[in-house]
Order: sequence, then structure tokens, then C-alpha cells
Amino acid sequence: MTVPAVTLAARRREGTPLLSVRDLQVRFTRRGRAPVRAVDGVSFDVAPGQVVGLVGESGCGKSVTSLAVMGLLAPRGVEVEGEVLFEGQDLLALSSDELRELRGRDIAMVFQDPMTSLNPVVPVGTQVTEVLRRHAGMDRGQARDEAESLLERVGIPDPARRLKDYPHQLSGGMRQRALIAIALACKPRLLIADEPTTALDVTIQAQVLELLKQLVAETGTAMIMITHDLGVVAGICDEVNVMYAGRVVERAGRRELFASPRHQYTGGLLRSIPRLDAVRGGQLTPIPGSASDVLPWERGCAFAPRCSAQDADCLVPDLELTLDDVRPEHRLRCVHPVPPPGAAL
Amino acid sequence: MLQFVLRRLALMVPVLIGLSLLLFAWVRALPGDPARALLGQRATARSVENVTRLYGFDRPLHEQYFSYVGALLRGDFGSSTQTGQPVVDLFQNGFPATAELAVCALAFAVALGIPLGYFAARRHGTALDNLTVGASLLGVVVPVFFLAYLLKLVFAIGVGPLDFLGVFPTSGRQNPRIDATHITDFYLLDGILTQEWDAAWDALLHLVLPAVALGTIPLAIIVRITRAAVLDVTGEDYVRTAEAKGLLRSTISRRHVLRNALLPVVTTVGLQAGLLLSGAVLTETVFAINGLGATLFDAITLLDYPVLQGFILAIALMYALINLTVDVLYGVIDPRVRVS
Repeated sequence: MTVPAVTLAARRREGTPLLSVRDLQVRFTRRGRAPVRAVDGVSFDVAPGQVVGLVGESGCGKSVTSLAVMGLLAPRGVEVEGEVLFEGQDLLALSSDELRELRGRDIAMVFQDPMTSLNPVVPVGTQVTEVLRRHAGMDRGQARDEAESLLERVGIPDPARRLKDYPHQLSGGMRQRALIAIALACKPRLLIADEPTTALDVTIQAQVLELLKQLVAETGTAMIMITHDLGVVAGICDEVNVMYAGRVVERAGRRELFASPRHQYTGGLLRSIPRLDAVRGGQLTPIPGSASDVLPWERGCAFAPRCSAQDADCLVPDLELTLDDVRPEHRLRCVHPVPPPGAAL
Repeated sequence: MLQFVLRRLALMVPVLIGLSLLLFAWVRALPGDPARALLGQRATARSVENVTRLYGFDRPLHEQYFSYVGALLRGDFGSSTQTGQPVVDLFQNGFPATAELAVCALAFAVALGIPLGYFAARRHGTALDNLTVGASLLGVVVPVFFLAYLLKLVFAIGVGPLDFLGVFPTSGRQNPRIDATHITDFYLLDGILTQEWDAAWDALLHLVLPAVALGTIPLAIIVRITRAAVLDVTGEDYVRTAEAKGLLRSTISRRHVLRNALLPVVTTVGLQAGLLLSGAVLTETVFAINGLGATLFDAITLLDYPVLQGFILAIALMYALINLTVDVLYGVIDPRVRVS
């Protein structure tokens, strides 16, 4: 069933977000070593039916954020603080058994690598039906029928046969489709997709992305799309959070972000994408350095060591994510934003 | 599956042929002259020569080998050069005691080892885990005969103020005063089959200490392998997927963790089972159990070629069958093995 875009948009405006992450902090502690701050005060909202992107390069904390929301971080050696409000309920305050009730039913997740995310010694069918039997109270027969129709909906041909197959008998794309079917089986209100297309062939990437987009639109499921690929963002996200060194450095609607990136890091990311309309033989403009060249946020902008616009002003302790006064549809954590196109320098 | 088993059984033929050849060569490479070993130091050169000719040890090796294999194919394993008893009889006398001991030792090791390894891994880094790892290390390094004597001293004979612990019998397989009926010569099994519960209980008591002594090394190895396998699997992506589905802890343990972790454990258990059959000698000696061990030991010292060859071939055959069982189990657990 398709929900008209107008109603969805209206629902979004209505107020209480489905998920509200407030000042999330995740620290990895190891005996005898300084704790590593993987997520450092991240806040964002997801409205019902909205697709929100978390974008950044490896190690910026986007995956850790999603695992913290799901309560899937290892129980030891990890400190999580802040609030993760799902429909007003703080998930971080729930017991692990209460979270178990929620996971798979209200919040589901699709992971990066479909080759390793399915259990190799259990038939695909069982891996779909077990979640239905656990949360939807179906008996064996009902779950089997539902699993078949789920596989059909995610575009797996001959679903009845595929249910009996083992994961190694399916291609990577098929497996990711099966994992999407598993995630959407109980009609969750929030789907977290952690780099769902990264491990797939380029042609399959587009198909899987299209499938996700279509399914969440049909069911009105909200989605957090975690990716390092701005192409994915452009195709699917309503709103985008760009993360760097454990913090959100820029937040904007998809169009606004692509039309006028304001943070120097976002600007750098966009400049480093190969373009079809670029001059042949022209060079890409990479961001110098690597993600490990960071300044601690309490000393200044973490991106400053790699930034072409940095100067002494960037050494502001704990730079805030503020409303951008030039482009009010952006939130920004930058002292020297990228000038909007057409603006005089 | 049937096809797989048949193919594997067929593959055992060349293995056994190769083995019989190796075995034949190895036995003859043992230092010493079998005829002299039989007759003793003071035998005359003439009697040694006679005996050598009697057993055909003077014939060329390949002739000896082919007549040996020919006899084997007729089901004739030969007779002991020492006692003249048929090898098959000797084997049948000792096998039940050894097999019973080995099975009990393995049962002890598996029944305790898999749960211990599993729980240690699930509580990774806790005191229980550290204790299990430490104890299993100790279990691997302690010599069997030392452990056997220690167990016997503490739990059978009883020492000083702790002599109330000495509740187990010191030796043998069953109290001879019990009038037990024997059908299979597996005493514990006999007691159960005939419902002579006192006989079964007595046989069980006799098995406890030897089984613990013999099973300790396999136990320690199984604990370590299980723990490592469970730790490995717990970190796999599909376990995280299962967690993300909100499945019950018990479902995740059983279906997603244990089933995958069992693969290396099954292999290990198979290998240990083979070792137990052949490795019971020391334990049998300490607890005066009349198994294969004593006979095999005598056969080695006295260069009793037919007994040595027959026993080792039989043990190797069992080893191969256990291996086949492991492979079949592997196919049952892991579908990826079934196809290939």
C-alpha cells in the first residue's frame, strides 16, 4: 500500500519524532589505556517515515551510533551515555530483555556484509521465519507462508525453493535481499541500514537501494541510512547528517546539502566524487591526510588539520552545532564555512 | 548422504592396504629377533633357526607380506608367536574392557567439556573463564599415569584424614563376588541389559576413576576447543544479525552459536576417540584392567608380530570408522560440506 507523499510529509511536520538521539556518547575503554571516544555527543531526530542519512568516512562513529541505538554494542568495555528516545522511551534505560522485545519488531537493522550476516548452517527460510515466530506470534505454517511472500516482495525468484536453500546457495545480492526481508518481516517503524550496499556489485547496489527506497515508502518505515557514499545519500535520504570524528558537523536536507555544502569537510567530500561531466583527464580533489589526523574537539575543530580554510580561529574549544546564519536550513559546526555558490568572496 | 558414506567406505580400502604395508614394514623394523625373543637368551642357534623357519621369517619380505595379506583376506589374523592363541581371540578378550573404558572416558570428556567450554566463552574474561582456562591447561599437561595413581590414592585407597574419600574400588572391572551374567562382556552394559542393577552399579564404580584419569586430557582439549570456537562464533556477523532480530538468548545460543561452534569440536572429539582406544595402556595398567593395553604392551616387548599387526590394524580400522562418522556428522551440521 502506498501512503501518499502529502500525508507522509504532514506526519513528519506533526511533531514528536519517532527516534530522538540526544547527546549520545560512546567510549571504548581498555584497561591501562585512555578511553577512545567513538561517538562524542551526537544528536539527531528521525520523524516517522523519514529517511535520515548518517554520512562520513570510516571511523567517524556512524556505525557505532547505530549499534548504540540498537543496543548491540558489547556489554563490556563500552560506556554509553546520553538518551536514545524511541517514541519517548529511552532505549538506553531498558533492560536487555526489554530491548530484545523491541529489536526485530519495532526497530530492525540491515548490515553491511550479506556474505557473513546470514548463518551458514541454517536454511534461509528458518532465518526468516524465526523472527516472525518470535515477534508476530505466528505458528510454523503461517510463518512459512509469510516468509515466502516476503521473499517474493524483495524480488527473490522462486521463493518457495529459496526458503529451503542455505545461504551459500544464494548470491550476494540475493542474500542482502533476504536480509532486508528479515528486517522488514515484522513491519518495524524504524529500519537502520548500515552500509547495506557497500559489499555489493555496483549494478546490484542500485537495485538494492531502489528496493529499500520502495519498501520503506510503501510501509511508511522510517530509515537511518548509514553510508560513506554520497551517491546513496543523493538517491534516498530526506535529511543528511555529516559526521566527523564522532560528532555531527553538518545537517541539512538532501537538496540543500548538495546545492550548497557549508562545512569544509562536506565540501571536500563533494569535490572528491568523480563526475561524469568533468573534464576528461581532470584530477579529482581529494581531502588531504586521513581520518586519523584529528584534533580533539575540546581543543578546536577536529577537521582543522586537514582543512584548507583553517586558521587560528578554528582552535575554538567544543565548537557548537549551530544554525547557519547564511543558509538557515543548515546546521553547522564550522568557523569558516564554504561560501554558498555565487557569493562574493 | 548414503552415496557419500559408500564412497568414503570404498576409499578406506586403499587406506587399509597402504596401512597394512606400512605396519608390516614397521613391525619388522623393530630392533631384535622375534625368534630369539620367543626362545629367550639361552636358546641355541639351531632352535632359533628352526623357529625362524617355522614362522617363515627367513623368507623374502615381499613373500611374507603377500602370504600375510592373503591370510588376512581369508579372515585369518594368525596366532600369537608367544602363546599360540589366535590373534582374534586375544583381541576379543581385551577389546570390551578397553572399549568400555574409552567410551566412558570420552563420555566424561564430552559431557563436561562442551558445557564448560561454552560457559567459559559466554562469560569471557570473568573469573569462571579464567579458572576454566587455567584448569584445562593443567589438565593437558598432567601425565596420565601420575593422575591415575593420584586418583587411586585419594579416591580408592584413601589417605590420612581424607580416607573417607576412598570410596571407589582400586582395581579390576567388577567385584568377582558379584554373580553377574555376561552377554557382551561390556560389564556396565551387561548389568543394564540383564537388569542386574548391583552388577551394573559395581561396574560403573569400577569405571569412574579410570575414565576420569583417561578422560582428563581429552576433557581439557575439548574445553579449550569449544571455548575458542564459541568465542569465534560469538563475534560472527550472523550472531549480531540474530541479536538484531531480538531473538531469545536460548535460540541464539542453540541455533546460531552452538551449531556453528560444534564443527571444530566434532573433529576434535573424533580424534580424541581414536587416541583413547590406543592410549588406554597406562590407565589399564594402574587400575589392573585386563584390556588391549597389556596384551599390546607384551606383544611389543616380545616382538609378537602377528599380535602387533592384528591389533594395530584393528585399532586403525576403528580410527578410520570414527573418522568417517565425524565426516558424516560434519555433513549433517554444515550444509556446505554436503554439496562438495
